[in-house]
Amino acid sequence: MDALLLSRWQFAVTTLYHFLFVPLTLGLSIWVALLETCSVRTERPAWRDTCRQLVRFFGTLFLINFAMGVVTGIVQEFHFGMNWSEYARFMGDIFGAPLALEALTAFFLESTFLGIWMFGWDKLSPKLHCACIWLVALGSNLSAFWILVANSFMQHPVGYAIQDGRAEMQDFFALVTNHYVVGEYTHALTAGLTTTGVLILAISAWKYMHDKESRYAFTQTLKAGAIFLAVGVLGIMGSGHMHTQYLAQANPMKLASMEALWETENPAPFAIVADINQQARQNDFEITVPALFSFMVYNQPSGEIKGINAINAEWEKKYGGGDYRPDVCGLFWAFRAMVGSGGLMLLAALLTGFLAWTDRLRLFPLWLKILPFLLPLPFIANSSGWFVAEAGRQPWIVVGLQKTSAAVSPNLGGLEVGATLAGFTLVYLALIVIALYLACRHIKKTHVTHVVEGRNV
Amino acid sequence: MDYTVFWFILITVLFTGFFFLEGFDYGVGTLTPWLSEREDERSQLLRTIGPVWDGNEVWMITAGGALFAAFPHVYATMFSTFYLALFLMLIALILRGVAFEMRVHTVTDARKRLWDGAICFGSAVPAFLWGVAVTDLIAGLPIGENMVYRGGFFDLLTPVSIVGGLAFLFVFAYHGAAFLTLRLHDTGLILRCQSLGLRMATFGTFAFVAWGILLYQASDLFHSPWATMLFVLAALFFVMSGLSFSIAKGKAAFMLSSLAVVFTTVSLFAGLFPRLMVSSLNPAWSLTITNAASTPYTLSIMSVAAVILVPIVLIYQGWCWYIFRHRVKPDDVKH
Repeated sequence: MDALLLSRWQFAVTTLYHFLFVPLTLGLSIWVALLETCSVRTERPAWRDTCRQLVRFFGTLFLINFAMGVVTGIVQEFHFGMNWSEYARFMGDIFGAPLALEALTAFFLESTFLGIWMFGWDKLSPKLHCACIWLVALGSNLSAFWILVANSFMQHPVGYAIQDGRAEMQDFFALVTNHYVVGEYTHALTAGLTTTGVLILAISAWKYMHDKESRYAFTQTLKAGAIFLAVGVLGIMGSGHMHTQYLAQANPMKLASMEALWETENPAPFAIVADINQQARQNDFEITVPALFSFMVYNQPSGEIKGINAINAEWEKKYGGGDYRPDVCGLFWAFRAMVGSGGLMLLAALLTGFLAWTDRLRLFPLWLKILPFLLPLPFIANSSGWFVAEAGRQPWIVVGLQKTSAAVSPNLGGLEVGATLAGFTLVYLALIVIALYLACRHIKKTHVTHVVEGRNV
Repeated sequence: MDYTVFWFILITVLFTGFFFLEGFDYGVGTLTPWLSEREDERSQLLRTIGPVWDGNEVWMITAGGALFAAFPHVYATMFSTFYLALFLMLIALILRGVAFEMRVHTVTDARKRLWDGAICFGSAVPAFLWGVAVTDLIAGLPIGENMVYRGGFFDLLTPVSIVGGLAFLFVFAYHGAAFLTLRLHDTGLILRCQSLGLRMATFGTFAFVAWGILLYQASDLFHSPWATMLFVLAALFFVMSGLSFSIAKGKAAFMLSSLAVVFTTVSLFAGLFPRLMVSSLNPAWSLTITNAASTPYTLSIMSVAAVILVPIVLIYQGWCWYIFRHRVKPDDVKH
């Protein structure tokens, strides 16, 4: 295998792995900060104590997750130069700036204040200590912004000019206010809340069933977690919908590929399932709802949506002959996996919220047994979502400006990249097993009590 | 002043901050398993950098990001050239980063020792590799006219770069030992830091001097009077630091070792200027602040950001040091 294909695999593996942890860092930092705010602000001593224990309980999970996210994040920053040096040359004038700003505004903030938070329990006043975790949350969520500014340029370049064979920045403000950023950032932020929400519910349900000592505390987190998750899922659906509508102008090829729409149609139907034939550039079989696709994009049952083949013909005229179709089958099903998982998570939020807030949890133990098994859902949604985003811009690394095949480091051989791909994969596998083991043991062994008048309730 | 010169200086500042701060972090990590067999003592040793090591590592990330933003060709050539070396460094940093967290949650001593080993490996390997890397930058690498590296992995490992790696390893180890004597409370532990630190200072002196001699042959570092002066001063400070360390534990030794690290870094960049990577094939193919830079527009935006943000970072990192200014006591690591 050649260095290009292996480099693409390496980027895919390390990025998806990194993004197992990122959403939890984004969401858990906010969740832990909220819990600590409760403990600082409450007037009831028993609840203050319980909240503090909950901060420690979820804080430990946050720290394990944060460590994994940070170390895999360094790989991401190095990658662009190691494997994609021609990309770095072509794009450096634009892409380096948000990366450097990410380090200056976000990484310093989150890592410094996390250090203070971890070791500063008895060195700071409770309020100041609580402020530190809020700064960590701010830093984490700010870092997501900068990296998505960079990614958005790859999906939808703005504010640049091509000079001397490279892309040069003309307007920093345009780069930051790229409309693509709005969709990607709100989607990533709410993905963080959603992933964390499911984690809270899964753990709380398990603790509710298996740890009587901690039942009171985790009944409360089931209530709060359901709201947290509902906010996340509704946000993710809203931002996803908005962004998909925007794709009709910003990246119609990706939009058409997500829905396997080969020919331009008005009104365009929505395919629920399709047997996609990439070679023949058509669907061999499909079940469709008439006009639904147009309705989703234009909020009315009519409106032209360009098909993959038509856009390909346009691009051949513009960029020269070639095949500009991404992996339609992969995009179509990944998109459905993402949306389907999202729907299930909304149901989980509503049902759990209803049962918890109306005090009916005891009557439905089966649901509490099911909840922990829903934990893979957000991770499936996150991974397939990134697959849609990144595979959807192929064969481009920067849509319309540079092809992925032109971006790889010319001095690398297949053997070198193969060795590092194997190395990263093995180390990552070993680490996730250890991290999961330690996290599970912590969840199992740590009790969260609620003591009122000397009695744990 | 030209933006490219400003960014050359800023990159120098970032690498100086990185080597000064991570220098003692790497040193503490490298020495910990050799300083004590007891788990509670190792926890005290690591606790001295516990709250700050992650923030210190961001200096490296920022230096990398700044290179990408200001001199993208240097970032591209350097990172693809050092491909396998950087892979090794990344694996080391990954193991080190998780080990700090995981050792806290690990119960048995045997497993804690494994994590301590990972911290040692994860600190020593990057220290060594950064020494190799900066030596390669100035001694020159087979870089072609299109800025693409023409050599292989073993072209990175020359006698001078290996000695440079050892110099970094021992100097950082000593720098860490000096740091530890300022941050620990337990007298027995401090004495052990002192005796091991002195050995590191001896090795470090030999390696540093050998590195200087080899650099004289293999590079044009000493053609620059500034670089020469700074390099000689760095060597002097290092020796003085070791001497003061042998008669007293304390501030003077650490201050001097800090100066040695700072002067070494500044000397290397002064010798490089206006280049950032030297081509051994043809001096005209070297990467410089002119042919490798971003546009003045990007540099102007980043300059404004850096001038505002770097002082803010320094203020809150300083506050962090102020909070944890007290020496680490044995009680601090009991849960």
